[in-house]
Amino acid sequence: MTAPALANAALDETAVAHPSQEPARVARDSRPLRLITCGSVDDGKSTLIGRLLWDTKAVKEDQAASLQRDSNGKQNDLGLPDFALLLDGLQAEREQGITIDVAYRYFSTDKRSFIVADTPGHEQYTRNMATGASTADLAVLLVDARAGLLEQTRRHATIATLMGIKQFVLAVNKIDLTDYDRARFEQISHEFRELALSLGVRQVTAIPVSALKGENVVYDGRASMPWYDGPTLIEVLELATTRSAQTVGFRLPVQRVSRPGESFRGYQGTVAGGSVKPGDSVVVLPSGMVANVTKIVTFDLVRNAAVAGDAITLVLDRQVDVSRGDVIATIDSQPMTGLAFDAQLVALQPEGIQPGKRYWLKSGSRRQRVQVQPVSQLELKSGKWNHADELPMNAIGKVHLAFDEQAIFDTYEQNRTTGAFILIDPDTNNTVAGGMITAKRAALGGIHADESRVILSLPADLADQLMATELFASRREDAEVRRVTAAKAVEIIDTIDE
Amino acid sequence: MPHLYPETELHNPQSAKPPLDPHLKALENEAIHIFREVAAEFERPVMLYSIGKDSSVLLHLARKAFYPGRVPFPLLHVDTGWKFREMIAFRDEMVEKYDLDLVVHTNPRGAAENISPFSHGSALYTDIMKTEALRQALDAGQYDAAFGGARRDEEASRAKERIYSFRTPDHRWDPRNQRPELWNIYNGMIRKGESVRAFPLSNWTEVDIWRYIQAEEIPIVPLYFAKKRPIVERDGMMILAEDPRLELLPGEVKREEVIRFRTLGCFPLTGAIRSGATTLDDIISELETATVSERQGRAIDRDQAGSMEKKKREGYF
Repeated sequence: MTAPALANAALDETAVAHPSQEPARVARDSRPLRLITCGSVDDGKSTLIGRLLWDTKAVKEDQAASLQRDSNGKQNDLGLPDFALLLDGLQAEREQGITIDVAYRYFSTDKRSFIVADTPGHEQYTRNMATGASTADLAVLLVDARAGLLEQTRRHATIATLMGIKQFVLAVNKIDLTDYDRARFEQISHEFRELALSLGVRQVTAIPVSALKGENVVYDGRASMPWYDGPTLIEVLELATTRSAQTVGFRLPVQRVSRPGESFRGYQGTVAGGSVKPGDSVVVLPSGMVANVTKIVTFDLVRNAAVAGDAITLVLDRQVDVSRGDVIATIDSQPMTGLAFDAQLVALQPEGIQPGKRYWLKSGSRRQRVQVQPVSQLELKSGKWNHADELPMNAIGKVHLAFDEQAIFDTYEQNRTTGAFILIDPDTNNTVAGGMITAKRAALGGIHADESRVILSLPADLADQLMATELFASRREDAEVRRVTAAKAVEIIDTIDE
Repeated sequence: MPHLYPETELHNPQSAKPPLDPHLKALENEAIHIFREVAAEFERPVMLYSIGKDSSVLLHLARKAFYPGRVPFPLLHVDTGWKFREMIAFRDEMVEKYDLDLVVHTNPRGAAENISPFSHGSALYTDIMKTEALRQALDAGQYDAAFGGARRDEEASRAKERIYSFRTPDHRWDPRNQRPELWNIYNGMIRKGESVRAFPLSNWTEVDIWRYIQAEEIPIVPLYFAKKRPIVERDGMMILAEDPRLELLPGEVKREEVIRFRTLGCFPLTGAIRSGATTLDDIISELETATVSERQGRAIDRDQAGSMEKKKREGYF
């Protein structure tokens, strides 16, 4: 497809007429792709999303007409409606001309349908971007071809990576304003690939784009850029992979127990990883009891297997104690259970994350009390982690989590469902952080209060040996070693025994 | 009352249908997850049932979510008294067929003050008979969670609304101060008097709704299908002319046209479209070539710019 005289037609009075083409038929054979768009108004983000919606016919004529009414005839220089108004739905946003929140957009082609999380670009909205990125399979990062990569490009790429996105599209926008400068485009793509690699992301596609003119968005821009023979944005999106947790072990966070009558007892939830079939042996956590699956019940039929993403009802072969918040998992590869974990999180509210405060933590269907100890904060400019005792709003930090009762997690790297959590402030009931589990920590003899450290009073030679180990080096913040004589050590132990 | 389900009944006789495509399956799974989460976390959930196509899908998903159990919460219909007659008949049929608990509420001011969309204008009428009535019904039932069938693709302010949408004790929505919502982890913590509106269909589009109705053979009100019906044209809308309360204004004539409705609300405020779509296939193909959005036929969205956001802040669904 080429841009069919769209620009010319639009320049005429028919400002809201769609390009004449076959209507987009609806995707049938794949799951919707969730993506996030990162960039600022200056980069032309609203224009790009507007263009996607317009050229895939997701915008209807009455919506376009109401846009024209609202914008008092304000149009871009191609005579198309001001796409930004289409996107900024709240009155405050329209009044201030800014995007303040995450908005979700829907469009589809004949191959697939798409859910776009549209988030503001400025640093004070890091939290909104993290929210949008939490469910995204792919990130479209937008830069102005004249400006190249900016500090915010690094910030956006870093946040997207932290939230687990492994596919990037770099849209080098406003390429028309550089006279379609190929060398410029290649230089920017090269710089971006280096940046992505430094973050561990290998799947990068760079595309020269003019969102305003509709080049390389849905229609190709061959007429203006014969030197570019790569895919259009929409082609990349159609072929992108959706995240799947099917390769890891079976996980079913139990949402509710269904007991419609004496003869039936089923555990309802959404499979959060792996697959399950009747006959499989499973373990119920945290109790550790073992049972076999007898049936997978759904409204339509008794199924012979269920995979990640399926909402099911599981029936087990024996009476075990299972309640909401428990996790039913495969025996061979169980999630971690424990009282202490390491995590990264994004602080979402003005109060930030306060050290030692007891929050509610919700992960899957499990909610429990947790104490959060900030350790370090990411400096988005440089990518460095600096020591931190508390985390202000929009900060990305590393924290220690200490629980009163057994917690059940995978690492976020392994499972984006069972490795993710939110923190809720018990004073306000508001969601104050989104977090990702990075590792389990060994419990420290039951001491979890803030500022607490295990004090080891050891004979000097033993203390020296212990302190030389790698394990101890990694736990230096948790324990303090005091060198004493063997006789003194015995004396201390005697005091404890009393 | 708990119902007994012998094992043999677990095999649903409707299971001959082909499996859903991955796109609809993903949307269905998400909606079922939301239904179960709300039912487990809240003490007194209720499902807003408006009898339209989205409500029909919502009800179907609720039945699926809790199978083999019964839908564990009542349905609430806010009846303005100005609904299409066929809607009410359909509602009662569904309640009977699926063994549902139904609560119907009509604002007593409607009868007391003789409020009608004709004499009071759509804005005031909607405020009293829908928004105020809904608040009354929610307060009376002391519901702490209410499911609704709203979709984010319907209207700009809805595009930013959360799946768990927090409401103050007086049912207000504060769009600038919404709780962040990450992954599929929903925050259901509220204080007494506060509530949450939950939207399992947030990520569905209009075409998804129709394709799902087709794939799952979900019953819908016949007004969605084209048929020759009496209409009168008013304010650029074709209004169904079957209710004796509709008085013709000077110059208006009642005539018959082959029409159908894309959305269903109160008959005086809902415009019909000229259409020959008599099957779901026809409707879907009409929709895929449509150049106007579904809410175009709704008078209440057109009162003023940002009118939906304003109504929602005040407690409208």
